[in-house]
Amino acid sequence: MSNKFLSLEKIEKRFPIPGKEDYVAVVDVDLEIKKNEIISIIGHSGCGKSTLLNMISGLDSQSEGVIILEGKEVKGPGPDRAVVFQNHSLLPWLTVYENIEMAVKKVMPDLTSSELRARVEKFVSMVNLDHAKDKKPDEISGGMKQRVGIARALSISPKVLLMDEPFGALDSLTRANLQEHLMRIQQKAQNTVIIITHDIDEAVLLSDRVIMMTNGPSATIGEILEVNLPRPRNRVELQSDPEYTRCREAILSFLYEKFAKDDE
Amino acid sequence: MSKKGEKMNNETLKKIFLPLIVLALIIQFWSGVAKIVEDFPTPSDTYVAAFGGVNAEGDEIEGVLADPFYIENQDDMGLAWQILESLKRVFGGFTLAILVGVPVGLLIGMSKNAQYALDPFIQIFKPVSPLAWLPLLLFIFQDITLTAISTIFITSIWPIIINTALGVRSVNDDYMNVAKVLRFTPMEKVVQIILPVAVPFIFTGMRLSLGIAWLVIVAAEMLTGGIGIGFWVWDEYNNLNYANIIIGIILIGLVGFFLDLIMGKIADFFDYRVKGGA
Repeated sequence: MSNKFLSLEKIEKRFPIPGKEDYVAVVDVDLEIKKNEIISIIGHSGCGKSTLLNMISGLDSQSEGVIILEGKEVKGPGPDRAVVFQNHSLLPWLTVYENIEMAVKKVMPDLTSSELRARVEKFVSMVNLDHAKDKKPDEISGGMKQRVGIARALSISPKVLLMDEPFGALDSLTRANLQEHLMRIQQKAQNTVIIITHDIDEAVLLSDRVIMMTNGPSATIGEILEVNLPRPRNRVELQSDPEYTRCREAILSFLYEKFAKDDE
Repeated sequence: MSKKGEKMNNETLKKIFLPLIVLALIIQFWSGVAKIVEDFPTPSDTYVAAFGGVNAEGDEIEGVLADPFYIENQDDMGLAWQILESLKRVFGGFTLAILVGVPVGLLIGMSKNAQYALDPFIQIFKPVSPLAWLPLLLFIFQDITLTAISTIFITSIWPIIINTALGVRSVNDDYMNVAKVLRFTPMEKVVQIILPVAVPFIFTGMRLSLGIAWLVIVAAEMLTGGIGIGFWVWDEYNNLNYANIIIGIILIGLVGFFLDLIMGKIADFFDYRVKGGA
């Protein structure tokens, strides 16, 4: 049971095309995710990795197969599977504080007002945004917005944290900064995290396992790589670690030799 | 700093003097027209008619703006009362248009079925002139005020409906996804996500709508008679007081301008994108 925290069984997603056969995006996806595990799903664009994440979040529904979280079938979206969206999706008319407060208020309606404030403050602090808590999203940087997105997602105590290319829109220095943030948060509060990414270094640095997807149509899981690196991980030291190099090479060879994709 | 200040001053000067030049040109043109068209009031005739003085015939007269609040009897009241009466009708029709238009717009924006059902009728009724509605509504209500209010309602509701629906449709899918993950009820979606996005659009619709309402009232009152700035202008035409028509036009323009200005300020206040707004 403890090993079977979240399981995907025979997941298939088809999109109907009028007058033609259905487009099969992903097929035969079987995956088991352990509690407190961090996994990355990596693949070329169009491999259905975002579709897969959307099915886990319930924002999209699978055509075949079931998704089971803690023994219960997942149907539709819910706060037990919080999503960090690529473009942060903060509500622009609310401040940083209010964006988090809105989520906590809805998911934990029984909190007293002081408990509510304490909880929101805690998550604002967790991502080091105390100085910006009364700012609107338009007044802070892209990296800070994404930190708010993470804080908002974690503030509702989800069973799984789903991140859809969370740092994809950011420059590489900001991205590194956010990866450090995420690792530090994980060090304290062990969340179960699924990250969609197309960045090999990010996948190896953050994950316990890397799921490599074959190319679409009819994409499926090609290989699963175990990353046996101790935590906390240090990105500078990792550069000379043989295990890190092995993992990078395994993913590189999967993406650029076995499943190379021409530019379209 | 001083250079920037100088530049600012320069801009301000331009904003004051350039319109003054145009005003001088307009008065020149107006005087020209007054020379050609028989009985057309000159600018100075119009000034005297407005503020009082000695007119072209050498008679001492009192201007229409000298005592805008006089009440002689039911049919003879000062200009301020005429404008106030028109404004009352405008706000009556405008308020009704908001009360009906916003919910209908929300419905059309949120439901494809409602959009399909109602869109053809909006497209057909939207371009109908208020003057075409007027006889029908007068026949229904047999009352000047109710007719004016309902004419304003039916001609100014369209921009509110259309802009409200547009506002709802411009709600980002990502915001809705946030709402779905948090399992918002439909009511919470409307209050916490849709309205904040749609409110600036709704106010744009209201601003357009108020502009239409002010246009409509003048035309409507000319036909319905009784009291109101539109009727006053028409009455002055019948009394051969042509200078007063020009005064009426300028007043109508000024009131319309201030209505738009106030509406714009209110709209900014509710627009989260404008800094310093609510």
